[in-house]
Amino acid sequence: MKINSPLEAYKFLPATNCGECGEQTCMAFAAHLIDRSKDLTECTPILEEKFRKKYEELDALLAPEIREVVIGVGDNVANIGGDDVLYRHKLTFFNQTKFAYDVWDTMDEKDLIERVKYIQDFKKFYVGNFLTVDMVAVRSTSGDPEKFAAVVSKVVETTHLPIILCSFDPEVLKAGLEVSKDRNPLLYAANKDNWKEVADLALEYDVPVTLFAPNDLDLLKSMAKTFAEMGTEKLVLDPGTFPTGKQLRQTFNNFIKVRRAGIEGDREIAYPIMAVPFTAWMAHDDPVSASYWETVVASVFTIKYGDIMILHSTEPYAMLPELHIRDTIYTDPRKPVMVDPGMYEVGEPTADSPVLVTTNFALTYYTVESDISSNKIDCYLWAIDTEGIGVEAAVAGGQLTAAKIKKGIEESGFNLQTDTTHNTIILPGLAARLQGDVEDETGANVMIGPADSGRIPGWMEKNWPPQKK
Amino acid sequence: MAKKMKLSQISDILQDLDVESLEGVTIEGDIELNISGGGGLNPALAYALGNEISQISLHMANIGRMLGFPAEQLFASAFGMAESPQALQTPPRIQELIDSRFEVSKVDNWKNKIQEVTLGATSADGGSRKSTVTLGGENALPYYFDAEMPHRNYVTVDVFDMPIGMAKAVKGNYEDVINDPAEWAKKVVRDFNADMVTIHLISTDPLIKDTPAKEAAKVVEDVLQAVDVPIVIGGSGNPEKDPGVLEKAAEVAEGERVLLASASLNLDYERIAKAAIDHGHVVLSWTQLEINAQKELNRKLMKQCNVPRDSIIMDPTTAALGYGLDYAYTNMERIRLAGLMGDDELTFPMSSGTTNAWGAREAWMVSSPLKQDSDWGPREYRGPIWEIVTGLALSLAGNDMFMMMHPTSVQVLKEITQTLYGSIETEEIDITNWIGAEV
Ligand code: SF4
Repeated sequence: MKINSPLEAYKFLPATNCGECGEQTCMAFAAHLIDRSKDLTECTPILEEKFRKKYEELDALLAPEIREVVIGVGDNVANIGGDDVLYRHKLTFFNQTKFAYDVWDTMDEKDLIERVKYIQDFKKFYVGNFLTVDMVAVRSTSGDPEKFAAVVSKVVETTHLPIILCSFDPEVLKAGLEVSKDRNPLLYAANKDNWKEVADLALEYDVPVTLFAPNDLDLLKSMAKTFAEMGTEKLVLDPGTFPTGKQLRQTFNNFIKVRRAGIEGDREIAYPIMAVPFTAWMAHDDPVSASYWETVVASVFTIKYGDIMILHSTEPYAMLPELHIRDTIYTDPRKPVMVDPGMYEVGEPTADSPVLVTTNFALTYYTVESDISSNKIDCYLWAIDTEGIGVEAAVAGGQLTAAKIKKGIEESGFNLQTDTTHNTIILPGLAARLQGDVEDETGANVMIGPADSGRIPGWMEKNWPPQKK
Repeated sequence: MAKKMKLSQISDILQDLDVESLEGVTIEGDIELNISGGGGLNPALAYALGNEISQISLHMANIGRMLGFPAEQLFASAFGMAESPQALQTPPRIQELIDSRFEVSKVDNWKNKIQEVTLGATSADGGSRKSTVTLGGENALPYYFDAEMPHRNYVTVDVFDMPIGMAKAVKGNYEDVINDPAEWAKKVVRDFNADMVTIHLISTDPLIKDTPAKEAAKVVEDVLQAVDVPIVIGGSGNPEKDPGVLEKAAEVAEGERVLLASASLNLDYERIAKAAIDHGHVVLSWTQLEINAQKELNRKLMKQCNVPRDSIIMDPTTAALGYGLDYAYTNMERIRLAGLMGDDELTFPMSSGTTNAWGAREAWMVSSPLKQDSDWGPREYRGPIWEIVTGLALSLAGNDMFMMMHPTSVQVLKEITQTLYGSIETEEIDITNWIGAEV
C-alpha cells in the first residue's frame, strides 16, 4: 500500500467516531487499515455517495502492492498475491501459496478420478485446523483438444477445487475452457509464440492467465504490459522454474527480482508469481529422488515469493512438509505465541482423572490438547508459564523448572491433595530430568509421560490409574 | 479530429439498465454513433472504433439472449460462418508486444559485512586439521544477486559420547559405531560427507552418567585423532556442569580452533569465553528465539569477556518444521537483516541445530496419531525430508552452518544450498515444453 501511518488513512475517514466499524474511533479503525486487519468497506458511512471521492482515493492508497488474482468461483476460490512486504516480520504475508497437483489427459479415467479425489481429500490436522491442498492442474500431454476437454470435464465433475488448464496450444486451451468456463480456471500459459491467441481467450472468457517467459524478465514484463494494455490485469507471472544447477540459482534470483520490483512500486510487474517445481521430474528419473527434489524446490519458492505452484508428487512425504513449510511462512507473526498459563479442563475430568503438565507455548499446548481430546481422554492440563517456550527448550533454558511448576499449581487455585484422589502429576517425557525436583517441591507423586503427546493414549492404557503404593 | 468513444461509456449506460429487471422492457429508438471530424479515419482508429462497436453489439446481443432471442444464430447467419466458430473471434488488438525492460535495484542499505569466522587450524596455524572452514562474510541475504556470497554453507554431523535414543531412520546408520565416538566420527566424514564433526559430551550430565570432565576430554582427543576436519564440542546442556566440561575440552583441543557449544545467559558464560580465548577457540553464543537476548549475550561476550569478533558464532535456536520453525526462521532473518544494516552486535555467522527436526512426530512416528489425518506414508522418507526442509528454510534466513544427523538429509541439504550458492554444475534442462513431459 502507498501509505504507512494511521494518520494518513485517518484523513480520508468521515471522522465522526460513529462506531459502525466496530472500533471506538476512526483513528483506531485507521490503524487496522494500515495493518490490514480490517477492510475499508467495514466503515459503512464512507460508502455513502457523499464520501465517494474520499473512498476511492483511500481505497487506491490501501491497495496491496502486488495485485490479487482470483481463480475459481464460489466457496472454492483461490486468491493469490496481495502482498505488501518482502519479509514476513514487517507485517505478514497474505494469501498463502496455492498448491496445484497435476493430472494429465492421457490418464485413464479410473486413475484420474482417484487422483483428483485424493488431492481434494488430503488433510493433515494441525493446531486446531486441517491443512489441505488447493487445486488441480490439468496438463495436455496428448496435444489433442478433444482429449483435453474430456479430461477437464471429468475433473470439473469430480471436484470443486479450482483448476489450471495447461497447454501452450490455444486450440487445446479453448477446448478446455469450453467445458470449464463457469469455474473461472487459470490459463497456463501464454508464451512468446502464442500470446496473441491466448490473450484472446483470456479476454473472451474473462479468466486469469499465466505468462510464461523462462529466464527472460524483459519478455515477462513486456507480456504483462501488453496484456494489461489489452484489458486484463488478471495475470500470473511464470519466470520459469529451472530445476537444477546454475539455472536454479538464476530462477531463485528471478523470483526475488520480480517480487522486489513489485513491492517497490513497479506496477507493471506487480503480479502473483508462479513456480513449477514439477520440473524436478525432468531432472530425476528415480521417483523418490524426484519427489524429494520437487519438495525442496517447492519449499524454496514457498519461502521466496511463489504465490501458486504446480506439483506432481502426491506422496505424503512430499505433501506434508510442503503444507507445513507453507504454514510456517504464512502464519501471521503478529498472532500470540502463548496461551494464558493456568489449568485447563479437557473433556469432563473428575477427581480420578490425570493431571498433565505442559507449557504455555501455543503450539505445544494445542498439540497436546488435540491429542488428548481427539482420543476422548478426560484430564486436567496444566499450562505452565514458560514464557512461550516449548518443553525441551524450556527445560534446557531454565523456563520450565520445579519451582515454576509449583508456582503454576499454586496460582491456579487447584489443590492436588483435595481435588484429586491420586495426588499425582504427569510430566512430559522431555522434562523427565525434573522428576526428583518436582517431587521435592510439590510433595506430589510424579510420573513421566511419553516424549510425544501423540503417545499419551497408549501411555494411559498402560500406566493409568497409577498403582497404589 | 474524430471523437473517441470509449467502451466504458457504453457499459456505463448498459449498467444503468438493471439487466435482471429487463423483462417486459422494450428497447426503443436508434442508437446513434456520431463520428464527427473531417477526412478519413486513420486505420488504427478505424480499427479501434470497429472493435468498440463490435463489442457494443455483443453486449446488445447478450441482452437479446437474456430476453430469449437466439442472437448467436443471427450472428452466425449474418456473417455466414455457421460452420466455423473460430472466425467469430475478434482479432487481437495489439499485434506486437509492447517493448519493456525489466529493472530492479540492489538493496542499498545492506552496508555492513557479516564477520568472517574460521573453524579448525592446520599445522601452519598450530593445529592438526587438514582443512578449515570459514563462515560468514556475507553482504546480502544468502544467494541474492545483490552481493557475492563468499563462503558456502557447511554441515557438521552429530556424534555422541554414548548411545542415545534416536529416531529409527537415523539409528540405522550408526548402529555399528554407536559405542565408539571416534569410529562414529570417522564414519560421518568418510561415508556421509560431513564437513565437520560435533562431539556431544552428553554423558557428563549428572542425571545421565555424570562422566567427569577429564574423562570426557579424552573422548575429544580421540575424535581429534580420528578425523582431520574441524570439530565442534558440545556439552550436555547442564548449566552447572557444562563450563567445567568445556574448559577441560578446550584445554586438550588447544590450537585446533574448535567451536565450543555453547555459551548462554543461563550459565557461567565467562568461563566458556575464557576457555575459548585461552586456547584459541570459537564460542557458540546460544540464545532462545529472542533477538534482544542474542544482542545481550553477544555484547557480554565481546565487552565483558573480550572475545574477539572473529571468534563468535550465534545459535539463535532451531525449532522443527511444524513446531515453531516460523519463530526460528523469522528470528534468524531479523538477526541477519539487522546485521547487514549495521547492528554490530548481530554481525556474526549463524549455526542451526537442525537435528532438532527429528523431534517432530512427523519425522519419526510410524503413522499419524489422529484418525482424521490422511495416510502419512512411510516414515523412512518422512524423517530426512523433515530435517532437510527445516535446514533449508533457515539457510534462506541466513544460517551458515548446520548441525545434522541423517546422511540423506546432509546430502540433499548440501546439494540445494550449494546449488543456490552457485557451485553445482549440471546439464542445462530445457523447460520450454514442460507441460508435455512424460513423468
Ligand atoms: S465506521 Fe467509519 S466513520 Fe464510523 S468510527 Fe468507524 S471509521 Fe469512523
